[in-house]
Amino acid sequence: IGKITGCVFPLQGAGQDVGRSCILVSIGGKNIMLDCGMHMGYNDDRRFPDFSYITQNGRLTDFLDCVIISHFHLDHCGALPYMSEMVGYDGPIYMTHPTKAICPILLEDFRKITVDKKGETNFFTSQMIKDCMKKVVPLNLHQTVQVDDELEIKAYYAGHVLGAAMVHIKVGSESVVYTVSVNKYAKSHISAWIDKCRPDILISESTYATTIRDSKRCRERDFLKKVHETIERGGKVLIPVFALGRAQELCILLETFWERMNLKAPIYFSTGLTEKANHYYKLFITWTNQKIRKTFVQRNMFEFKHIKAFDRSYADNPGPMVVFATPGMLHAGQSLQIFKKWAGNEKNMVIMPGYCVQGTIGHKILNGQRKLEMEGRATLDVKLQVEYMSFSAHADAKGIMQLIRMAEPRNMLLVHGEAVKMEFLKGKIEQEFSIDCYMPANGETATVTTNPSVPVDISLNLLKREMALGGPLPDPKKPRTMHGTLIMKENSLKLVSSEQALKELGLNEHQLRFTCRVQLQDPHSDPDTLHRIYTHLKSVLKGYTIQHLPDGTVMVESIVIKVSSSAEDTNAKVLLLSWSYQGGEYFFTALCIVKRLMYQ
Amino acid sequence: MKLYCLSGHPTLPCNVLKFKSTTIMLDCGLDTTSVLNFLPLPLVHSPRLSKLPGWISKDGTINLEKELKDCAGRVFVDSQPEFCLPERELLDLSTIDVILISNYHCMMALPYITEHTGFTGTVYATEPTLQIGRLLMEEVVNFMERVPKAQSATCWKNKEIQRMLPGPLKDAVDVWTWKRCYSMQEVNSALSKVQLVGYSQKVELFGAVQVSPLSSGYSLGSSNWIIQSHHEKVSYVSGSSLLTTHPQPMDQSSLKNSDVLILTGLTQMPTANPDGMLGEFCSNLAMTIRAGGNVLVPCYSSGVIYDLLECLYQFIESASLGTTPFYFISPVANSSLEFSQIFAEWLCHNKQTKVYLPEPPFPHAELIQTNKLKHYPSIHGDFSSEFRQPCVVFTGHPSLRFGDVVHFMELWGKSSLNTIIFTEPDFSYLDALAPYQPLAMKCVYCPIDTRLNFHQVSKLLKEVQPLHVVCPEQYTQPPLTQSHRSDLMLELQPPPMPYRRCSVLNLPFRRRYERVYILPELANSLVPSEIKPGVSVATVSAVVHSKDNKHTLQHGITEVKVEETADGHILHLQAEDTLIQLEEDGTHIVCDNNEPLRTTLRDLVLRFLQKL
Repeated sequence: IGKITGCVFPLQGAGQDVGRSCILVSIGGKNIMLDCGMHMGYNDDRRFPDFSYITQNGRLTDFLDCVIISHFHLDHCGALPYMSEMVGYDGPIYMTHPTKAICPILLEDFRKITVDKKGETNFFTSQMIKDCMKKVVPLNLHQTVQVDDELEIKAYYAGHVLGAAMVHIKVGSESVVYTVSVNKYAKSHISAWIDKCRPDILISESTYATTIRDSKRCRERDFLKKVHETIERGGKVLIPVFALGRAQELCILLETFWERMNLKAPIYFSTGLTEKANHYYKLFITWTNQKIRKTFVQRNMFEFKHIKAFDRSYADNPGPMVVFATPGMLHAGQSLQIFKKWAGNEKNMVIMPGYCVQGTIGHKILNGQRKLEMEGRATLDVKLQVEYMSFSAHADAKGIMQLIRMAEPRNMLLVHGEAVKMEFLKGKIEQEFSIDCYMPANGETATVTTNPSVPVDISLNLLKREMALGGPLPDPKKPRTMHGTLIMKENSLKLVSSEQALKELGLNEHQLRFTCRVQLQDPHSDPDTLHRIYTHLKSVLKGYTIQHLPDGTVMVESIVIKVSSSAEDTNAKVLLLSWSYQGGEYFFTALCIVKRLMYQ
Repeated sequence: MKLYCLSGHPTLPCNVLKFKSTTIMLDCGLDTTSVLNFLPLPLVHSPRLSKLPGWISKDGTINLEKELKDCAGRVFVDSQPEFCLPERELLDLSTIDVILISNYHCMMALPYITEHTGFTGTVYATEPTLQIGRLLMEEVVNFMERVPKAQSATCWKNKEIQRMLPGPLKDAVDVWTWKRCYSMQEVNSALSKVQLVGYSQKVELFGAVQVSPLSSGYSLGSSNWIIQSHHEKVSYVSGSSLLTTHPQPMDQSSLKNSDVLILTGLTQMPTANPDGMLGEFCSNLAMTIRAGGNVLVPCYSSGVIYDLLECLYQFIESASLGTTPFYFISPVANSSLEFSQIFAEWLCHNKQTKVYLPEPPFPHAELIQTNKLKHYPSIHGDFSSEFRQPCVVFTGHPSLRFGDVVHFMELWGKSSLNTIIFTEPDFSYLDALAPYQPLAMKCVYCPIDTRLNFHQVSKLLKEVQPLHVVCPEQYTQPPLTQSHRSDLMLELQPPPMPYRRCSVLNLPFRRRYERVYILPELANSLVPSEIKPGVSVATVSAVVHSKDNKHTLQHGITEVKVEETADGHILHLQAEDTLIQLEEDGTHIVCDNNEPLRTTLRDLVLRFLQKL
């Protein structure tokens, strides 16, 4: 008992880097993989996490107790079919219902782009995605899922994208909370946020570690103003988005703005996913914010009047328009095509509503690059206006601080961020909460020592006996000392009274006795001396059991008193006082009284 | 541990469990069968109902003609219908810590409890239970407030008078506890006390008890509850179903190893097979429509209606009913249909798979889209202009005493072409029809009750092996009308403990162990010795700390309070109740007769003095 258990984190691509998340947690002898993401910026092996950290050869099933996916973004689930079907993992994969619904569609989409369009081989197939999804066990919010007898997980609403969850992982009294991205607006969701669960470690993403973002309302107003201005001067607005997530929120925003301002310029949403995506939002409306849920019976926010499906040919239409196009980082597909067409006109605008990974065109133009090298050595002059709006709901500093206040972790671990920014946040956390904050690099292991208390079953008799000594009500200010015996047998720990322990184990009690000789002068006969002692004790020690036994002894509680005299001098008496270990407390009292009597 | 039984209705239970230091109310069922004693509330003026003769006792001594009306050979109360509330005198309801709700039918008495008893606790329910429960309450309130009745009849409740009344009024019980419906304001206030929970979520109550809802398979979000501490487990089984309808299947295995299992909410129709009833429902419906008649289905606006619509969806084409309009009339019809589509997590596997596609889980979405099913908030407004006959109307309330159904009874009752099909099992259909007699319309009784029957429950109990079973007394004997059917009762060994309204049961529990936590420092200092292979013992002497019902063990003197005084410090060793007064020129140790401690402290002080 009292063994110290460590939590280890060999990190895979989730350390001080933004791009793909995959974390391995060892807690109480269990290994859990948190997220299994893919890096969008790479086209080779580096896009997947390096699973050789776990094992060099063979399948992962023997090494992992479960896999948990936090949300459907590909940088968190993109490597899942590769991990489960190509490397090999047959254990449970947990994700929420919306994630389970949307994840395979995004994976298939991603596969199509990679294999069918780019012609890459050595990639997972459609069948592998299906087989992988069969291993998924859906998670409900707040449901406590017992992975096995010792490991339990619980999901909380995270409010990042549809179906995003924080997870609380618990083994015995040790626990870890993992969250990708908490959004402080999560609180507007009906399911309250996280309990004060005091995990040993809180693992959080820190993509926007330094930004303490201004209020959401301000950003929304700013966004609408920019779109409106561009439309007014006859320009076109391109908003590269991922099909699901922020896109739907921005659509609602524009839809209501158009309605209110009575605007006529067309809004388009590209890709076939649109309708489907909105349908998901409709069916999983319990996962959206409270405002949307409240009004959904009267009017479903995801049935748009002004937003129409985009057709490739519309990009060349004259006049102003707003287009939402995928993907969000301008690294391929329709958004890139439209961008190329519109980049040359300074009247146009591109609004990047989220983070862009290094290596993507989105990242380049956000960093002010105005000349882009395209395939075939062509260069593209970027004349259109580039705006960045941090709408992406990744955790920002304020959100993380709030989360720490809520959950009260003993240690903090930051992942999925850039080293400098993480350093800033680390300092802030250590200063404000005085807890240790770790930020391991890729492939590095952070070990956190936990110090769990040991749960034991105490016999109610013993506890009640102690309670009774402390008065009728347990008083937290006056704790009581308790003596008992701990029995350790077949993984069970029982705390019982010593007597019960002896009985249960079939052991005999070891008797420890003391005898003390007191010499004194007394002219009376032995029985008379004894009787004098008896009557005296009786008169002094009220409330104690004192007996004069027929065998010529006096018993005070468990102390035995005998008198004998030496053969030579009958006046010289020897008093024998004998007591057992347990009777020790009374002995001194009895001895004092007897001595006092003799001096009289 | 005690169980207080506040309701005698086996499917609308309301029990209070005192477990460890907590007081937990299990369900809050409202017995609505009392409304059968009242006259129907017509939506539009009904000459027939307004001209009923008042009741005067045969000898003319009691004249209650204002309160009681003679209608179709029975006497009814002419007043706003009243409900029979759970018992409120058996224990102080303000001491209730939490209320656990198992399904939306079992929470209808909630506003009476949370708003009028000084209740300050929390109510736990799943999200579908809360949302649909709210709709059902809203519906009843709306039904009542739409046709306000100024009169509140009370004279007939006088014991002396009630004794003289004809049956069934004479035999009505607890009439003084009957209350009128609550207001929407009370509903909102009551529901604001609900805390949402998910299946298998573990909710800690005061650190002493853990409660957890389990899927019960009966309705959207319906649950059974586990109430347990580290060493005791009570299972509360309310409306549960093993049939494959729309909700998530019942979680049976988590009920295992219970010390006590409280069993309520079995089927009210133990002899009617739900599948057979569904078939009969469809064939009677088709037959009436083909003959040019209308079909009236009195029902609740959530629950079995989803299954009925799904069944009809498959049946419509084959029975060539494609052109027959289906109407669903209720102030919450639209909400109910919409809400049913958004609870993917709470649905059976098949329906979940549909959501992943993404398609609406219930086919009534398609019925609405293709205009086969139309819903209206009431018979007034759009419905009156769009309504075509012959048609099928689903509407409430199943008691036939209030709601739009009253209007259709008056409208269609006189034609033998029309049919009324009863599907809800909560009311005796003969009693429900009593004030409308004589009727020409056909009556078909197809009660669909998917809750556990006696066969299923005995199998379940064999499986989960509870030490003791507690159940309503109705389950311990065959139904009165079928006294020879010994298969329609619970036969268990040991026999179940029966309860009735106002029973207080002492639950047989032998608690022997409690959980304590040994803090790591103490744990590390323990010296275990192996006395037999695999068995080690260590003696423990430690201080027990009890806080929030959690006990921890730690080392001896742990709590020292330091107080600054003008001349020095006072140390207070709280556990030993000892004071050490440290001053520049003296130290004063005040303690009880504790020689070893005194000696230790003396030696310590001397040692420090020598150092100086």
